[in-house]
Amino acid sequence: MSNVRKPYDLSEIKIPRGEIHLIKDRCKGCGFCVEYCPNNVLEVSDEFSEKGYHPPVVANPERCLNCGLCEIVCPEFAIWSTLKEEVEASIEG
Amino acid sequence: MAMAEKGKVEEKHPMEQLLRMDRMPHIWCPGCGIGISVTAFVSALKKLEFDLNKMCVVSGIGCTGRVAGYIKLDSFHTTHGRAIPFATGIKMANPDLKVVVFSGDGDLVSIGGNHFIHAARRNIDITVILVNNFIYAMTGGQVAPTTPETAYTTTSPFGNFETPANIPQLAEAAGAVYVARWTALHVRRLEKSIVEAINKPGFSLVEIVAPCSMYYSRINRLGAGIDMMRFYHENSIIKHDEPTENLAVGYQKQIIVGKFIDRERPGFIESNRRWSAEAKG
Amino acid sequence: MRTNFGKVLSGTHNFSGSEACAEGALSAGCGFLAAYPIVPSLEILERFSMRFSDFGAVYIQMEDEISTLAAVLGAAWTGRKAMTVTSGPGFSLMMEHVGLGIMLETPCVIVDVGRFGPSEGIPGKPGQGDVMQMRWGSHGDYEVIVLSPNSPQEMFDLTIRAFNLSEQYRTPVMVMTDETVAHMREEVTIPLVEDIEIIQRRYYKGPKDKYLPFKRDENLVPEMVDIGEGYRFHVTGLTHNEKGYPIIDAETQEANVHAIVNKIRLNSDKIVEFEEDNIENADVVVVSYGITSRDVSEAVQRVRGEGVRVGTLRLITVWPFPEKRITQLAEKIKAFVVPEINYGQICFEVERCARGKAETLSVFHDRSDDNGVSNIIDTIKRALQGSV
Repeated sequence: MSNVRKPYDLSEIKIPRGEIHLIKDRCKGCGFCVEYCPNNVLEVSDEFSEKGYHPPVVANPERCLNCGLCEIVCPEFAIWSTLKEEVEASIEG
Repeated sequence: MAMAEKGKVEEKHPMEQLLRMDRMPHIWCPGCGIGISVTAFVSALKKLEFDLNKMCVVSGIGCTGRVAGYIKLDSFHTTHGRAIPFATGIKMANPDLKVVVFSGDGDLVSIGGNHFIHAARRNIDITVILVNNFIYAMTGGQVAPTTPETAYTTTSPFGNFETPANIPQLAEAAGAVYVARWTALHVRRLEKSIVEAINKPGFSLVEIVAPCSMYYSRINRLGAGIDMMRFYHENSIIKHDEPTENLAVGYQKQIIVGKFIDRERPGFIESNRRWSAEAKG
Repeated sequence: MRTNFGKVLSGTHNFSGSEACAEGALSAGCGFLAAYPIVPSLEILERFSMRFSDFGAVYIQMEDEISTLAAVLGAAWTGRKAMTVTSGPGFSLMMEHVGLGIMLETPCVIVDVGRFGPSEGIPGKPGQGDVMQMRWGSHGDYEVIVLSPNSPQEMFDLTIRAFNLSEQYRTPVMVMTDETVAHMREEVTIPLVEDIEIIQRRYYKGPKDKYLPFKRDENLVPEMVDIGEGYRFHVTGLTHNEKGYPIIDAETQEANVHAIVNKIRLNSDKIVEFEEDNIENADVVVVSYGITSRDVSEAVQRVRGEGVRVGTLRLITVWPFPEKRITQLAEKIKAFVVPEINYGQICFEVERCARGKAETLSVFHDRSDDNGVSNIIDTIKRALQGSV
């Protein structure tokens, strides 16, 4: 890490951590959220929903940055994220 | 709701305020792009600095025609192809309203083609959001005026031989002041374009190329909705200000997206008022 | 063109039927007219296009008649009273929106200036061939209100009544006139503004989130709201429930269509209007409407001179049809004579309501010359001789 320059405003940068909310029974299993989550938070589950679809599962919750892309790319209004916390940035992270 | 039964707090999607949740789940198939067009629209609504009570949505008939029924604004589900003249009546009768027409390619460009041309020519201050899925999906997948050449549909079983409509070119020629096209994949850019289009005085058009995962995709063996989204990912190219004559969409060919037209022309109501004032002295 | 007629032209004028119609509309508070030019309805548009801005109304010439009625329906939901004007070929194009207007229960007025058909027919000659199209032209089941003026004065009066009925029953109302009434010029008296009876639609005033666009009162008429007031309502041309949401099942279909049909049928006694003359002791009653009624007056006068006992019944509302009255009369008289400028449309309605108690004779009445009147006379005489 010695090669990495430490940004002068590092202490001011906050990294958002999101929490995913999912209403499984609305999901029709299109897979858009899994495919387009930029941080690979989601995976297709083996579970069947009430309607017989495979809803996504939050496989890597700690990676969610609350970007909101899953919310806007979901055609079923079934998934969204909220801000859980903001953590201090660090160059090691 | 299942969640509530399990003793958890019932969770609310952030868009629920602007959706008719009592009508969910909606009728669109798994992997259909219309739902994404709606989320982009609702997301855009939240960014508008405008009283949403003063906005109404008018749809025609077809899969996209059902949008009006899911948006929680004053909304009208009208006849096939006639959403634009219905909206024109609303706008002319009360210019304080923002009027959005949300409908499909067959509705707006085929049966409603003449209304599309004349609303653009008059520069009626409405925003048209046109979801183009290349097919008549509600009726089971018949050939549309937007179906790319050689594509199969139930009524072009040997491949389509007609030249499809180039919608942005049509809109530009007719006089639209704002024309953009995105695919259902470009949600953020789409959302931004919808905001711009609604804020733009005059006739604005946002075309959304969207997967029909049930008919167009299956009959042409293009996979599921997600496969069509992947295709958009690999084959769409952003070219703002591209001359609209280059925007025809070929079968499984490159799709040019972007904002193509953003110009000023006097609107119908403005011209009408100015002209009457001059004529009547 | 610099014109400023002021507002309602109270007083007596020499107006054409078209001018009277436009003035009637404006006097009724019509705030929106969308139209497409077609002979012989142009003079109404021309008058309106000169006058509308004095009333703060909106006029737009659309790209076709399909769009005119669509625009009218949209405008009606903003709270404006809205109207379109056309003739047979344009009226044919409007049929899908007659259906939408019925289904969305949207008040509006459609003026159809009748001409010969089918198709282009003779644009400049009067026709009454649209009577059944008025009643049945759009697909599905519904009821309509159709008024038929026979003079410029009635063009004024009935245009106002058409707006009143459309507002009262939340339904499209048609004024069925013809080339001759639209073009003839006669004295028209416009009352003082305060003497003109105006009925406004009933507005919902409850909590915004509780509004149901199709919840009915005891007359089966739902209350309205305007777009832009925060009610966030939805309406659809699909079969729908009280909330305006599409529902695909037999119960909803039945409830929906029953209401649309019955709000007119059950109130028909309040809507039906006709005019009778010398009906007591009559052996023959001539049933007519619109311009034809004028030739009937002349024919009846001539035969009365010969001692024939003949009465007249003029339909002012063609639809709903005065079924009860025709059935009553059929008990007492020998025959009905029904002249129309068509090959027989309303005559079948008369025949149906006569229930075999009296004969019904149709007269094709083309008004081309005096033969029109003598055809009516001949038929009256034939009816009396019983040589049907």
